[in-house]
Amino acid sequence: MANKTLMLGNEAIARGAYEAGVKVSSAYPGTPSTEISEYLAKYDEVYTEWAPNEKVAAEVAIGASISGVRSLACMKHVGLNVASDPLYTFAYTGVNGGAVLVVADDPGLASSQNEQDTRMIGRSAHVPVLEPSDSQEAKDFVKIGYQLSEEYDTPVILRTTTKLAHSQSAVELCDRVEVEDKEYSRNLAKYVMMPASAIGRHVAVEARELRMANDATDFSVNKMEINDKSIGFITCGIAYQYVKEVCPNASVLKFGLVNPLSKKLVEDFVSQVETVYVFEELEPVMEEQIRAWGFNVKGKECFTKQGEYSANLLRRVLFGADETVFEKQETPNRPPILCPGCPHRSVFSVLSKLKIHAAGDIGCYTLGAVAPLSVIDTTICMGASISSLHGMEKARGKEFTKNWVAVIGDSTFLHTGINSLINMVYNKATGTVMILDNRTTGMTGHQEHAATGKTLKGEDTYAIDLAALCRAVGVQNVIEINAFDVKGLEKAVSESVKGDTLTVIITKSPCVLLKGQKFPNVCKVDPDACRKCGACMKIGCPAMTRGEDGKVKIDATMCNGCGLCKNYCKFNAIEVVER
Amino acid sequence: MTKNIMIVGVGGQGTLLTSRIIGKAAIEMGYDVKISEVHGMAQRGGSVVTFVRFGEKVNEPVVEEGQADVIIAFERLEALRYAHFLKKDGVLVVNDCRIDPMTVVIGAKEYPQNILEGLKERHNVYAIDGQKIALELGNSKVLNSVVLGYAAPFVGFDKQVWLDTISATVPPKTIEINKKAFELGYNANL
Repeated sequence: MANKTLMLGNEAIARGAYEAGVKVSSAYPGTPSTEISEYLAKYDEVYTEWAPNEKVAAEVAIGASISGVRSLACMKHVGLNVASDPLYTFAYTGVNGGAVLVVADDPGLASSQNEQDTRMIGRSAHVPVLEPSDSQEAKDFVKIGYQLSEEYDTPVILRTTTKLAHSQSAVELCDRVEVEDKEYSRNLAKYVMMPASAIGRHVAVEARELRMANDATDFSVNKMEINDKSIGFITCGIAYQYVKEVCPNASVLKFGLVNPLSKKLVEDFVSQVETVYVFEELEPVMEEQIRAWGFNVKGKECFTKQGEYSANLLRRVLFGADETVFEKQETPNRPPILCPGCPHRSVFSVLSKLKIHAAGDIGCYTLGAVAPLSVIDTTICMGASISSLHGMEKARGKEFTKNWVAVIGDSTFLHTGINSLINMVYNKATGTVMILDNRTTGMTGHQEHAATGKTLKGEDTYAIDLAALCRAVGVQNVIEINAFDVKGLEKAVSESVKGDTLTVIITKSPCVLLKGQKFPNVCKVDPDACRKCGACMKIGCPAMTRGEDGKVKIDATMCNGCGLCKNYCKFNAIEVVER
Repeated sequence: MTKNIMIVGVGGQGTLLTSRIIGKAAIEMGYDVKISEVHGMAQRGGSVVTFVRFGEKVNEPVVEEGQADVIIAFERLEALRYAHFLKKDGVLVVNDCRIDPMTVVIGAKEYPQNILEGLKERHNVYAIDGQKIALELGNSKVLNSVVLGYAAPFVGFDKQVWLDTISATVPPKTIEINKKAFELGYNANL
């Protein structure tokens, strides 16, 4: 083991792309896929970038592939929805240099808005899907992905899940193998998907998938382990590990290529094993195909479609009990919260005070939905805040939205929010859009974007001016304001929601977790002046608690000295002092 | 035999770094190792849990209910939340501090009283005020090294393996203070 390195699944994927000779990679951050690009950016041989969204990232990879080099695009599962337009047609054109899309699913919703299963998209787009079950396989499967991509003339999806992406296990490293650029030649029938060519390519896609399904019987990524023939599992990905944990002696058919499935392997397995379970997280993707082929297996009648699987889940189904010794104790929940000093808290404290509803978006600001701030009313997908507010106004009129705003972050605005704002301008909306500009992509762990002035590789670049961008698309009223200017914000928001002019309010203050910042100040409570009214506690700052005497205490190690609480104390009991 | 370690705490307390040090030390000792981490939303002040498993061959990357040999809890309420993951004779190491979750701060829930006393009735509990020791060293951020040092004898490995792994993991400027913090925690357990 000593010659091996511990690697996060995502780091191993980056290493696999490096070793496979990938030259171009594009991605938009999204948990649990983000770290792939961050690790890949460390290799000088690979051009890596953050794109404004996943559709752009996929198209960059398509262009690189058509030009003749191996390319990569990375995204989370919901990102593939944004990128599915290019994906479905990329399946038709096929590749020149190999192309792999890494798509990270999030069963259990560690950091997502839904639990979709990318294997279903792979099936409907007729794109092969590989799924590894540890870091070593993650690295190996990326390299195999490029071989399959070039051999079968198709993009390949590498599907991961949160447990795989964010677990570390041992990996053996290899050297990078440079791949010679493929020659590019104009090919109308292959790369120009107008109906006449696409009709032909659809035939090619079907033929390719059939050929791969037949060949898959011998693919090294698919493994059949015949042991105890009374019980067996057909499984893939991380679920395989739970099977090995609980039933080390059972027979197992582990699919590394989960689309297309090898019917021959299933036939061999089912004919040898008495009771066969299909054990797969989320949707019954393999099970439905296997049943449609007429094989008798057990599946989703035993195992849920929801959440992450576990060894104990399997134990409960097989043995009627798991290994729990002690009873679980009742404990108050500890949900994630906005950090002390977070500029979003300041904006939300104002919206909360003005009793404004907010159509929300995807990012840390979703945390403003819960008590005590309780200002976010909707969270759907990237960019939906602005367009859904517009829909409300068109449906119910200006009166309905006069106490509503849309709230979106800077990175999310550039992802897909800008399209929605153009729609508001074009269709004469009067609403209020707030861009919470904290100079980073926050929730995913602080990635650069097109308005930060830095690239993924850390180089200086042009920083898009968000205010100028909004004005350029036709927004007449654009207000830029410090996120902690509570009085100014109150005035700006209350005036603009009542008015008849489409307004964009850009609140500016960097995320407190961004590196290189200094926090020289700290907030302090004068216990003699504190009247225990609790007004300051309504901003929901985790640095603030009540002492046994009911008076407010501020934890100096947690406090970043933003002073927001001071604004809400009527008795001047809080002051901001030097640390 | 696979050894199952859990590290639980509040997002931002450094549980991730602690699990990486344990994992690195185990791989140095020649074990197969898996570590499972939490990234993304839960890191923002939420309840976080990471897992380290090591042994001859490790399959799943997580530790489940009834399987933990050692739980290292950086906060009392989090110790209570995850104590049922322990094996019958598992060890619960608790950094004796209280961080109120927002549900308690706003008065919707109450922070449970006498957590340690209750836990001691069911489990082998070892508690340390890591924050106090860290502050005595002049840096509250070495709390994880204090707690790790205190828990280290239950995880295994020689002290030198731990010190070497810490040196290879933490930022160069903080190596000495982290090693000192580890020693203080380690000695508190002798």
